[in-house]
Order: sequence, then structure tokens, then C-alpha cells
Amino acid sequence: MNTMNPNIVNETATTETRAVSAADTDISHADNGYGETVGKPFTDNPKFALRDVEVYYGDTQAIKGISLDIRKNQVISFIGPSGCGKSTFLRCLNRMNDSIDSCRVKGRLELDGQDIYDRKRDVVELRARVGMVFQKPNPFPKSIYDNVAYGPRIHGLANRKSELDDIVENSLKKAGLWAEVKDRLDSPGTGLSGGQQQRLCIARAIAVSPEVVLMDEPCSALDPIATARIEELISELSESYTIIIVTHSMQQAARVSHRTAYFHLGHLIEVNETNKVFTSPQHELTESYITGRFG
Amino acid sequence: MQPANLFPLIVVLVAIAFALGYARSRALAMPLGGIRNLKSLPFYYAARAAMWCGLPALLILACWLGFEAKVIQTLIVGSLPAELRPDTAGQASLVLSQISNVASGALSGDFAPEGIAAAAERLEALRAQSTFMMTALVLSIAVLGGFIAWLRIAPHINAREKVESTLRKIFFLCAALAILTTVGIIFSVIFETIRFFGKVSFIEFFFGTSWSPQTAIRADQVGADGAFGMIPLFVGTLLISSIAMLVAVPVGLMSAIYLSEYASKPVRAIFKPALEMLAGVPTVVYGFFAALTVAPFISDIAEAIGLSASSQSALAAGLVMGIMIIPFVSSLSDDVINAVPQTMRDGSLALGATQSETMKKVIFPAALPGIMGGVLLAVSRAIGETMIVVMAAGLAANMTANPLEAVTTVTVQIVTLLVGDQEFDSAKTLAAFALGMMLFIVTLLLNIVALHVVRKYREQYD
Repeated sequence: MNTMNPNIVNETATTETRAVSAADTDISHADNGYGETVGKPFTDNPKFALRDVEVYYGDTQAIKGISLDIRKNQVISFIGPSGCGKSTFLRCLNRMNDSIDSCRVKGRLELDGQDIYDRKRDVVELRARVGMVFQKPNPFPKSIYDNVAYGPRIHGLANRKSELDDIVENSLKKAGLWAEVKDRLDSPGTGLSGGQQQRLCIARAIAVSPEVVLMDEPCSALDPIATARIEELISELSESYTIIIVTHSMQQAARVSHRTAYFHLGHLIEVNETNKVFTSPQHELTESYITGRFG
Repeated sequence: MQPANLFPLIVVLVAIAFALGYARSRALAMPLGGIRNLKSLPFYYAARAAMWCGLPALLILACWLGFEAKVIQTLIVGSLPAELRPDTAGQASLVLSQISNVASGALSGDFAPEGIAAAAERLEALRAQSTFMMTALVLSIAVLGGFIAWLRIAPHINAREKVESTLRKIFFLCAALAILTTVGIIFSVIFETIRFFGKVSFIEFFFGTSWSPQTAIRADQVGADGAFGMIPLFVGTLLISSIAMLVAVPVGLMSAIYLSEYASKPVRAIFKPALEMLAGVPTVVYGFFAALTVAPFISDIAEAIGLSASSQSALAAGLVMGIMIIPFVSSLSDDVINAVPQTMRDGSLALGATQSETMKKVIFPAALPGIMGGVLLAVSRAIGETMIVVMAAGLAANMTANPLEAVTTVTVQIVTLLVGDQEFDSAKTLAAFALGMMLFIVTLLLNIVALHVVRKYREQYD
């Protein structure tokens, strides 16, 4: 690839040199030489309104001033090369970064107009509204039923056993797992296959009726068939949930999301309707990435 | 040469064999175009030479030292004149100790019978001979073994395989040693236990509620047939151990949870070593603490609220013992709680669970087997602990569930039975072995039951 296109390497190099010189002269400004985020980062009536978000791990800055709106009942995917800060940014949205001691978050992050990082904010309530599915399926070492019932039990969503049964059944149905496990709800969740485990984790996340589901590379450990099943599921869920998905697969982003955001080295380079990002990217970095020239 | 000097000499020979082996394998490799043309790396040829040099020599040294005394004794006894030759094993050991005393100069030969003095000289001669032969044999075997291995270094020989298989055998022997020791302990106790039950009936021992192991030393002595009911002792052990566990398990577990889930790094860096230091305090010191500080304190408080308490109490011993075994519970639990993958915590927290809900419902069940391991270790410590009980709970074998009274435990009684002048075949001394056997069986059963319980309730994560 490089031998065929030597000028691409040069291009990237120039961009980075430019970034350094701009950073030297004007640190406070958000664009740091990558320019303002191109495309359409802002929307009316956003579910999440995120402004000038910066994240530090100790002295290293992982997110360098990102502003973005996320609309209700839409799927937005975060793409970009490894280490670009997509997952870090995602984990800010339900404060999963809190458990990392050295991590500090700056800027204004609002969910429905309320500050997520407000000192008085109840993290438990926030996470009940903003659920999360992780990269590696992580069912609890409990029965399938108890895995799904875990959240509802904690939040007191069911008054009777029959209500809990209903929640479990509905969640498993929504996650497309009910038919496969309805006869063995008592067997351990860890005994399922990888794809089934990930759908169990999705069922577990939606059992507490969240408004938003964050997905951190949910298919990276799965085979193509399980991946297709989960993607189908994401499309179905997008009718009632806001879904934010981090992915390394551009095909996946193209298939499931309404909007796509491209991250690069802690910067948000470009956000737009998914088809626009993939058919006519406006930023040269986005174009290089989606055409497979790097990343 | 004395074995103490012989051993370092063998080590030096092994080192020489290693160095020569290394040099020769390199020297052989160079004309072939480098060490990659050898079947194994030079290290393995050298290690093989070292093993050939050291292992047989050490083996022979060990055997020689093991059998030397026996063989010499047999030779000496066999050469004694007929009138001095002992008839029984007891007499033989008497005569032999006399001979060796004369030989070492502790007893002047002038006061001993003539035959004994002659035997003492023979003993000296035999010992010197034996030491000389041993030195010669061991050293020549070491040199010979090293030389043969050195000669056999050749590029086509796969020394790596041989070294690995020898190492495997050595590892196996080390593992087997632990098992053999356990078996040996069981056997050493079993025979004495059987002899004990020849003197005291099963029923009295297992169901008797009175423990008073005084037996008459002389036939004409008055009184004291002895009572050998083990129940009061096991009740006392149970009482003290339960009190200790009531202290150690909750405190240990919760401190482990605090340290692993809540404490910041600097706090953890101070607390964890400090807690582990509790395990390093000698039990005698805990005994002082229990007897001089805790026990009077408890009896004062008990009197203040109108209860009668003896100055030595099960409660004092149990409380202090509990503090002593906190680190066994907390340190092991802390390790296993940390070993539960972070993804489990994240999964639970992301559902809106609080830290304590996550702990209680996800991490604790997943860490249960390890935590049980820590608790079991603590129980064994509690049951086996002697010193604190002697000092704080006393020797009186009361059968009571009242923690304010003085009680005694199995291990304390084993110690008191074996201390002091006693015939070794009296029921009193033999009772110690029977108690030891029972203790062994009880702890074994406890372990088996606990392992089954854990296997049933564990939540396995992968």
C-alpha cells in the first residue's frame, strides 16, 4: 500500500507537523491544528449535549476538547484508529471512568439538560438511565435468569415474582435470546456461547429500561454470524433507545448507525450522517481512514 | 573428613564439572560451526555433567550417614565378650551408651569393665575407618561421575532431554516428600493410639464427659485411675475456636473488602503490611496480652454487670486468638477479591449497582472458594493454637458452653500430657497420641466438608 502511494505517508506526516506547531502557538484553542470538527456535530433537542470535553489520565490528555450532540433514539457510531479516545469518551457518558483514580474529566456534559459530572449527581441513577455493553461479554457467574434480573432487583423494578419474570422474558425477547434459552433459564450464563453471552449482556442492560445504551466494540469478540445477529438487534433497539456504539468495523458503522463520528488522537475530526461520512468525507483524515490507508 | 566439610567440597566439584562441561561442549561445537550445531545448548551439557557429578555422590553420602551408626553398633555388639553381651534391647542401648561415653572421654575407661574399654577403642577405630571410607567413596564417585559425563559430551547427544527428565524426577520427589511426611505422621500416631485403646475403652474415650488423666505411677499408689473422656476437651476447643472465628471472619473479611475495593493506594500500602504483621507476632506475646490485659478486663466487666467470671476465661483466649488469625482471613480474601476480573465489577456498576451491591452480589460469590480457603486456614490455626489457651484459658477441663469460665483444649492437654516425668507406655502419655489422632481426623473431615460446600455454592467466572 505504502509503496503504491508514497505521497499518503507524506501527507500524514505534514498534518502531524502542523499539529505540533499549532499546539505550540495556541494551546487553549480546541482545534489544535486539526481544525474545527467538520460536518454537523450539533443537533436540535439533543439527548446528550457535550461541550469542550477534555479527559486526562494523570498528566496525559486523552481527549482534547470535543463538542458533540447526540440525538434521541438514534444510533451514532464512534470510529477511529486504536488509541484515539473513542472508548474513553464513551465511558464519560455514564461515568464509568470514575473507578480509575487518575482519570479527570473537564468540560460540560449534559444528559437531558442536566450536568452528568455535577457533584450532587447520583451516579447510580445516571447508570440506570445510561446502560452499557462491554467489548468482552461479561455475564455474571450466575444463572441466565439471575443475570437479567440483577438490574431490576437492584432498582426495585418488580414488586412480584411474576413481574420480574415478565421483565426477564421481555428483555431476553428484545435481545433475541429468548427462544434459545427459555428452557434453561437456570443454567449458568457463563455456559452460553460468546454471541449468546453478548446478547445476554444486552438483555441485562435493557432490563432496567435505560434511555441510552453505550456499546464498546460489542462485536469484536464474536464471529460473523453472531455479529450479524447483534447488528440486527441494534437496529431493532434503536426504535426505543439511544445507542452509542464504538466500533472498529466501518462496515458495521455503515450498517447500523444514523450518524458517524470519526476520532483521531483525542480529537473529534468529523461528524455527519453516516452515508455522508462514508460517501463524501469532508476531512482528509476521515477519508484516509475510511479508505483504509491507515488505522 | 567430616560430612559437614564433605558437602561443600561436593558443591565445589559440581561447579567444576559444570564449568568443564560447558567449556568442552563449546570446544566441540566450534569446529562444527558454532553452538547451533549441538543437539542442545552448552548449558544443558554442563548441567548434565554437574548432575552426574553431584547426584550419585550426595545420594551415597546420605545413605552412608543414615546407616553408619547402625552398622557400627551391630559390629561392636557382635564383638563384645560373651559375659557383656546384652540380652534385651534395653540392655543393649545401655551398654552402647556406656561404650560411647568411654570413647568420647565423658567416662573414664578406668571405671568401666575391661571389655567396655576395649569396645570403646574399637568404636573409635571403626568410626575413623568409616569416615575415611565415606570420604574416599563419595569423592571418587563425584569425580568419576563428572568425568564420565564430561567424556560423553558429544554434539549428537540430546542433553536437554536428559536434564529435563532428571529435573522432573527431582520435582516429583519433592512433591512426594510432603505426602510421605503426612503418611509418616499418621503412622507414628496410629500405633500409639492403638496401644492407648488397649488400656482405655473406646466408649470411655469417645463418650466420657470427664477428663482427668492422672494415673498411678506405682502400683501401691493411692487413687487416681484417671478419666479419659475427650468430650470436655473438644467442647473447649470448639468454644474457643468459635469465639475466635466470630472475631476473625467478620473483621478479616470486611477489612479485606475495605482494602481491595474502597481504600486508596496510600492507605492500602500502610494497612496491608500492618495487618499482616499481626500474623508475625509470636503467640506467646498474644498469650501475655490475653492473660494480663484482656482476661482481667473481661472479668471486671462481667462482675460490673453482675456475672461471675473466672480470671481465666474462654472468652479472653478466643478474642485474642481471633485477632491473631485476622490476617489469615483478610490477606487471602483480599488476594482472591482482587483476582475477580474488573469486567465483573464494570458489568455490575454499569447497571447502576452501588459498590456494596456489586461486592455483595457479584464479587463475593465469585471469590467465595478463595475466601473459604482463608477461613479454613484460620480454623486450623484456631484449633491448633496452644499457647494463648494455656496462658489465658487455663488447664481445667470444664465441660461448659459459658465463655466466661475456664476451659481447656485438645492441644493444650496434649502438651501437658507429654510434659513431665511419665512412663512412656502409661495410659496418660498414650492418651496424647489418641487426642492427636482425633484432632487430625476432625480437621480432615472439616476440610472435606468445607471443600464440598464451596464446590456446591461457588460461582465460577472465566
